[in-house]
Amino acid sequence: MSEASVVPDVLATAERWSGEGRRLALATVVETWGSAPRPAGSHLVIDADGNFEGSVSGGCVEGAVVSEALDVIEAGAPKLLEFGVADETAWRVGLSCGGRIRVYVERLG
Amino acid sequence: MERHLLSSLNAERAARRAVAVVTDLGSGESRLVREREVDLDPLSSDVLKAIRSGKSALVRADEREAFVNAYLPPARIVVIGAVHISQALAPMAAIAGFDVEIIDPRTAFATPERFPNVALHAEWPQDILAQRPLDPYTALVAITHDPKIDDMPLIASLQAGCFYVGALGSRKTHGRRVERLEAAGLTADEIGRIEAPIGADIGASTPGEIAVAILASVIAAFRKRSMRAEIAAAATVA
Repeated sequence: MSEASVVPDVLATAERWSGEGRRLALATVVETWGSAPRPAGSHLVIDADGNFEGSVSGGCVEGAVVSEALDVIEAGAPKLLEFGVADETAWRVGLSCGGRIRVYVERLG
Repeated sequence: MERHLLSSLNAERAARRAVAVVTDLGSGESRLVREREVDLDPLSSDVLKAIRSGKSALVRADEREAFVNAYLPPARIVVIGAVHISQALAPMAAIAGFDVEIIDPRTAFATPERFPNVALHAEWPQDILAQRPLDPYTALVAITHDPKIDDMPLIASLQAGCFYVGALGSRKTHGRRVERLEAAGLTADEIGRIEAPIGADIGASTPGEIAVAILASVIAAFRKRSMRAEIAAAATVA
């Protein structure tokens, strides 16, 4: 029930990075279907240099989410992303578990 | 999400209070909802459901989508007594996913050799609990057999609304404990929340078996509860 002891706390990291003046985006899993690796509510925080902490999948789509997050940091408007086996991009980035997820990416600030 | 909202959210989480963030996926606006303020929120029933179940969820209403992200404190078990049962209970509880802390002022019992890889405090419960208070997301397991050590954390656990409270001892031992707790001013309802004899009724005999029985009771209390214990705790604070 606790990941805090072994895994860095994503939201604590986000607050610390924000305090350092870094420009950030927060990605959150908002919906899942099938055998999605991370439940709704899971977070990934990304800075303008592409550094990130946390996860929205088992590592499958983080790369794609990070590149979208860089756009969000620049443009400011949030994005709703969907990844699944039917999605060519998602397949290429590797969500091969058979699940589908929707990820909301917003600017932190 | 605004920076001040993130700070407030982290402050609530650090204080071990259940909280939700509701985000309108259309407008991008977010709000923080504390459990004691749930009734005031436009999506109160959805927020309450998420907080009770611990499951974050997407809510669709009036052609709009809102994401309700529930943040619950990690469940932990505070064990009073660095005894043989605790040596079995600590690793099992950790495997089941609980944070575990053991408190026992008797330094001969509370040694790192007997309790590797566990948060162990060889101090009086009142000293440790003053720094790290009990709360509704904590189970209190009192198993020293010594009223001087067990009684204070038992009383504190009932006042804090711990989701599980258990105390070791025969019915006769527990009868005397009930008398002491009544004398300390606790009500029959409060005292009735204590599981004694401790643990699920599986005929447990050895320390390892008793640890299994205790863990079964703790899990049952955690997964089956439907109480809004957080609200009671907040009312106590306010």
